[in-house]
Amino acid sequence: MNWVGLYNYWIVIFLMMTGFYIVVSQGNLVKKLVGLNLFQTSVFIQYISMGKMPGGTAPIESSAPAVYSNPLPHVLILTAIVVGVATTALGLALAVRIKQAYGTVEEDRIREEDRNV
Amino acid sequence: MIDIVLLTFLAATAIAVVRHRNLFAVVMLAGIYSLLSAGLFVTLDAVDVAFTEAAVGAGISTVLFLATLALTGPREAVPVRKPYLPMVVVSITGAALIWGTLDMPRFADPQAPIHQHVAPRYIETSPTEIGIPNMVTSVLASYRGYDTFGEVTVIFTAGVGVLALLGIRRKRSSKDAAEKE
Repeated sequence: MNWVGLYNYWIVIFLMMTGFYIVVSQGNLVKKLVGLNLFQTSVFIQYISMGKMPGGTAPIESSAPAVYSNPLPHVLILTAIVVGVATTALGLALAVRIKQAYGTVEEDRIREEDRNV
Repeated sequence: MIDIVLLTFLAATAIAVVRHRNLFAVVMLAGIYSLLSAGLFVTLDAVDVAFTEAAVGAGISTVLFLATLALTGPREAVPVRKPYLPMVVVSITGAALIWGTLDMPRFADPQAPIHQHVAPRYIETSPTEIGIPNMVTSVLASYRGYDTFGEVTVIFTAGVGVLALLGIRRKRSSKDAAEKE
């Protein structure tokens, strides 16, 4: 069993769980979105790690014979990065609106205000 | 070798993000995290992804976060509850995921299923079929053009959502204020 070959995946899982932990344990909505971004980037690293070939180069055709890494995960992750920033922008806009409506972005105080209404 | 160092740095940055209560520092650390992952993508041969991550992840996201912080304030409240339950949930989920990786093909295994399906065809025929040396561009704009179209739809929807949340509301509330006066 070659355990070294799993190091990438384990770090990815660690980063993913760190993002997940921030999302569930921290009360500030902006920090939750940072956690969501950490989670997201860890998934990107997972995909790109899977596309790596031993001794490969970037998948751009060259005259010299070469082994290319798998271009398909690269394409999927390019799409995912841009979609990710779009969703982050929407989340931040929601946070700004919540700040305008409640005067805070802390989850506990938002819940208190809801209870008072 | 360098990717192991970068991954370790990423893990350290993630821990720092959890521990900091100053959101300004958190956002800067998130930018560093994005930049480190862009470096990692270069070592993993994904140069296009690295470009995009450095520009969009480390650049635009950070600007968006800073603009939000300017409106919502840079300090995070100290939590009242101890986060034991989240810790347990996260540990169990992480352990299950690590158990799941044991069956996965090892890093940079040429026999992995991901390298057996359509990827060889893209690598062999796309330079002649599409006429662009960069295979990522060929796949993005031609073979999987529908994905990119869907991406554009998502961005458009998100843009409309942001405008609906921020732009129109503000105008109406200022009109309300004018009516009250």
